Amino acid sequence: MSNWKTFTKGLIKENPILVLLLGCCPTLATTTSAINGMSMGLATTFVLIMSNLVISLLKNFIPDKVRIPCFIVVIASFVTVVQLVMQAYVPDIYETLGLFIPLIVVNCIVLGRAEAFASKNPVWPSILDGAGMGLGFTFALTILGSIREILGSGSIFNWRFLPEDAQTILVFVLAPGAFIALGYLIAIVNRLKRTK
Amino acid sequence: MAKKESTLTNMLIALMVITIVSGGVLGFIYGLTKPAIDKVEENKNIKAINEVLKTDVAIATTESVVIEDLTYNLAYDAEGNFIGAAVKTYSKNGFGGKIELMVGMLADGVINKVSVLSQAETPGLGANMVNEKWKSQFDGKDPKNFILKVKKDGGDVDAITAATISSRAVSEAVKRAADGFEANKDQFMKGGDNE
Repeated sequence: MSNWKTFTKGLIKENPILVLLLGCCPTLATTTSAINGMSMGLATTFVLIMSNLVISLLKNFIPDKVRIPCFIVVIASFVTVVQLVMQAYVPDIYETLGLFIPLIVVNCIVLGRAEAFASKNPVWPSILDGAGMGLGFTFALTILGSIREILGSGSIFNWRFLPEDAQTILVFVLAPGAFIALGYLIAIVNRLKRTK
Repeated sequence: MAKKESTLTNMLIALMVITIVSGGVLGFIYGLTKPAIDKVEENKNIKAINEVLKTDVAIATTESVVIEDLTYNLAYDAEGNFIGAAVKTYSKNGFGGKIELMVGMLADGVINKVSVLSQAETPGLGANMVNEKWKSQFDGKDPKNFILKVKKDGGDVDAITAATISSRAVSEAVKRAADGFEANKDQFMKGGDNE
């Protein structure tokens, strides 16, 4: 597989959320607004790239039987780095995402890519794979966050286009709205894929 | 990957090296970000203290006292007179977990202003507690004749529409601050004279 394909497959063809349906917990929970979805996506992308890089470098050093604990330690370290950096420099976003930053550790996309790709491939393709998957994840989260913010809060990227007291469809900011919006989004993607 | 034979020694070494290196890296990053994180926290506190104790009298000095589980930031004017205290209070009964408030209590026992330090309530519902329009109902109220409970529970606090639990939690936190302030007020006022 060419490097370009390694990078782009995560964006559309094997998009972790819309096609593989991996990592749905943070997807549903953090996409209450476009900016939250995007921040969560970018934080995960960073972790994906860095953990894929390190795991690919260490793949000949780690014995087979302890690979999962080793992967988790590497991933957890990068998540903690992200958490500390966000807490220091973007406290507002850190506060809204709260618990979901540490939970990137158990996001199955990250461990999944480490196990399925980085531990079997050289460094450069692993980085591209991490970047592609991460950006695909970010893309899906931003779209979902935008839909929910537009319908639920009447704003986009915190810019309100409806008058202050206008009624919005509140359910979209709440948990059920996340499921509804994600369901429709996946349906649309499937329909588009069929016509191709 | 599977090529690497797993023996007790190499498993131990691999795990140990990885954990030690990550521990070291994390310690380094922690040291790097610590000052910035502390500054963020401190700025937030200072901003909240100044906001909730905003009156005609300018604050000259402040002093923090921790009594039981609340932090009282005592404010004195230029002559050393006690203005009031910004009480950092909390409630664990929010819809999305713990909420933290800064409540400005004036020397005469009246609530001056309430500021939300941290909350994880539902956006669009409970999170509306940060709106000035809602929390200003506490401004200038005397807890002696303003019952710090939502109307549903027989109090005087107007709950946020569809967010009674969040409103209850805020009322509880404000009440905690007011009660704590009332109990320790005399001590605070004396503290000013000693300075």
